Amino acid sequence: MELLDIRNLSARVEGRTILKNLSLSLKAGEVHAIMGPNGSGKSTLAQVLAGRAEYEVTSGSVLFQGADLLAMKPEERARAGVFLAFQYPVEIPGVNSTYFLRAALNECRKARGLAELAPIEFLKLVKEKSKILQLDPALLNRPVNEGFSGGEKKRNEIFQMAVLEPTLAILDETDSGLDIDALKAVAAGVNKLRRPDNAALVITHYQRLLNYIVPDFVHVLVDGRIVRSGGKELAFTLEERGYDWISEPTAAPAGANP
Amino acid sequence: MTHSLSKHQTPRQTARPAAPAAPGEAGPPHPGLSLADVLAAFGQGDADSAPAWLQQRRQTARARAARVGFPTAKDEEWRFTPIAPLLRLPLHPAQLPAQRLTAEEIAPFAFGLEGCRLVFVDGYFCAELSSLPAPGGDLQAVSLRAALAGNAPELERHLGRVAGEEAMVFTALNTAFFRDGALLCAAPGKVIAQPVHLLFLATAGAAGASAHVRNLIVAGARSEMKVLETYASLSDAPHFTNTVTELVLGAEARVDHCKIQEENQAAFHLSAVHAQQERGSHWTSHSISTGARLARHQIQTIFRGENAGCLLNGLYLVRGDQLADHHTVVDHAQPRCESHEFYHGVLDGRARGVFNGKILVRQDAQKTNAKQTNRNLLLSDEAVVHTKPQLEIFADDVKCTHGATVGQMDEEAVFYLRSRGIGLEHARRILVRAFASDVVERIPLETVRARLNLMLTERFKDKP
Repeated sequence: MELLDIRNLSARVEGRTILKNLSLSLKAGEVHAIMGPNGSGKSTLAQVLAGRAEYEVTSGSVLFQGADLLAMKPEERARAGVFLAFQYPVEIPGVNSTYFLRAALNECRKARGLAELAPIEFLKLVKEKSKILQLDPALLNRPVNEGFSGGEKKRNEIFQMAVLEPTLAILDETDSGLDIDALKAVAAGVNKLRRPDNAALVITHYQRLLNYIVPDFVHVLVDGRIVRSGGKELAFTLEERGYDWISEPTAAPAGANP
Repeated sequence: MTHSLSKHQTPRQTARPAAPAAPGEAGPPHPGLSLADVLAAFGQGDADSAPAWLQQRRQTARARAARVGFPTAKDEEWRFTPIAPLLRLPLHPAQLPAQRLTAEEIAPFAFGLEGCRLVFVDGYFCAELSSLPAPGGDLQAVSLRAALAGNAPELERHLGRVAGEEAMVFTALNTAFFRDGALLCAAPGKVIAQPVHLLFLATAGAAGASAHVRNLIVAGARSEMKVLETYASLSDAPHFTNTVTELVLGAEARVDHCKIQEENQAAFHLSAVHAQQERGSHWTSHSISTGARLARHQIQTIFRGENAGCLLNGLYLVRGDQLADHHTVVDHAQPRCESHEFYHGVLDGRARGVFNGKILVRQDAQKTNAKQTNRNLLLSDEAVVHTKPQLEIFADDVKCTHGATVGQMDEEAVFYLRSRGIGLEHARRILVRAFASDVVERIPLETVRARLNLMLTERFKDKP
């Protein structure tokens, strides 16, 4: 069974159709990259999958582990194992990072029939996971993302992912605004979390991130449609030639997996 | 010379177009009780037993109340706080309840504090529920009536003098009619470690039952004390609490005054806290207002010596048809004093919030540092906030800043929390609590903070 199965998905925001009959499927253990020029609909896809209300799905379906993802509230999707690493993580003054993350983890654990983690066990987990991301533990005593640098915010996203252990991780332009060291740290974090039973959808404008998170498949999104799919070498071609050379969709854009 | 006067936003902020026909904001004068009716209803009180000086002050206050009358919508100080609904109640003095409250019944209102406590039920001092310090110690804590009977010198010296004769009409009515309250005195140079709890409970089942409560707190030079003043109802009746606390800070005295108003949602709560500060003194006022249909909090301080300071900290949580009003006046009458004000409001339903912060910097008050902030979080489309800074600056070497914000729940933050598995209502509660946290964290009493956090968590769980 596919872990994620997107069929003919169309979505619009503020009356403008952004996704047009997009189809894509992922199996457990796979990393898929979605590349495309600005405005092609990459982030919209991420937002629709995470359940943001501003994006209206006008047609199509999304099955996550066989369940109707679009019928679920954002928190239900998270509890089911979908995680979105935000392109622009939100600063939340007054909400302590540790408190927030423990609340989130315990909600996810409850939904999976697991007992809540006591504060002590939680702190142990946090310590262990923050090492993977080389995240300064002092940040976790601060309000969520408040006063974090761009790099710290992105690391914090992946750190949250490490704690919540999602089945499907969607990384929305996680590389944007990162210097090379931060990029490597984030990528190393993502790679350490790869398992045969989970999958990742890596959305990026540039090929650079894919040197560190090596995808199994690369899809090119143009004007709301996947116009070409291929292996990791497709990313190099795009890097070399830009997006302009892709004018014609491949023969079967609906069957995204080659 | 530094004279900075920053305006973050326009002086008057009205979050939304005025709510349709708020009672008393327009139209003919209210049809309820006149001031003469009220004076008649409360009669002569204890005219016979009071000492001559008090009789005199009561008389003066009556005369002033009669002269000034009740405020109407035309009165700038009361423009957004219509009192007509109060005057439509059959106001009468609350009676001493026949059924005495038990220790178990008041336990939920004790804030987990042990130590000195004075309990008042419907305005009557309740000795058997109170625990007073031994006489002659560092802390004197007695009921006002006991202090009057004992001719405590502080009373004649300060009572009514701190609030002054220009105070609002309800303060004059309080002076005329107060039945009881507390007298707290910290001896000079003494640090009173345990907080003193003044607990005021309303049990009256009759509409319009009124308690006029008067407190006097005198902190001797270099003394330190913490006072918790709390108000709650044990009935659902629309009762009326009219409370005045006067606070005298000697040189270098420090007082932390925390007032929590959580009366029932039909009640009317009119409150004034007046402080007078000598050189180098500092007080903190925490005003937490969650109850009452209408709550007005007048909080005033005057610096009478240099290098004094105050921190005025407040939080109002209102919903339904509640109205919470904070009017602050900081009188920088002396140089080199500091005042900081932080008021946060969370409003839901059709609730209304009013904040008016007056900062008066007199001509000689150079090197004044005054800061004022009012932030409001609206949880519904119908809630309304009226916020107004009022700066009157006559000195030229001062630093005064003020800012006001009125905003709604940050939906980006809500979505972020939900995307991590936290449910919608839980996310909203987390953000409300976060909004209030700055104010709550300034309160030194841990049990009070815990109670407030619980209240913040529970209160907005089910939106009315």
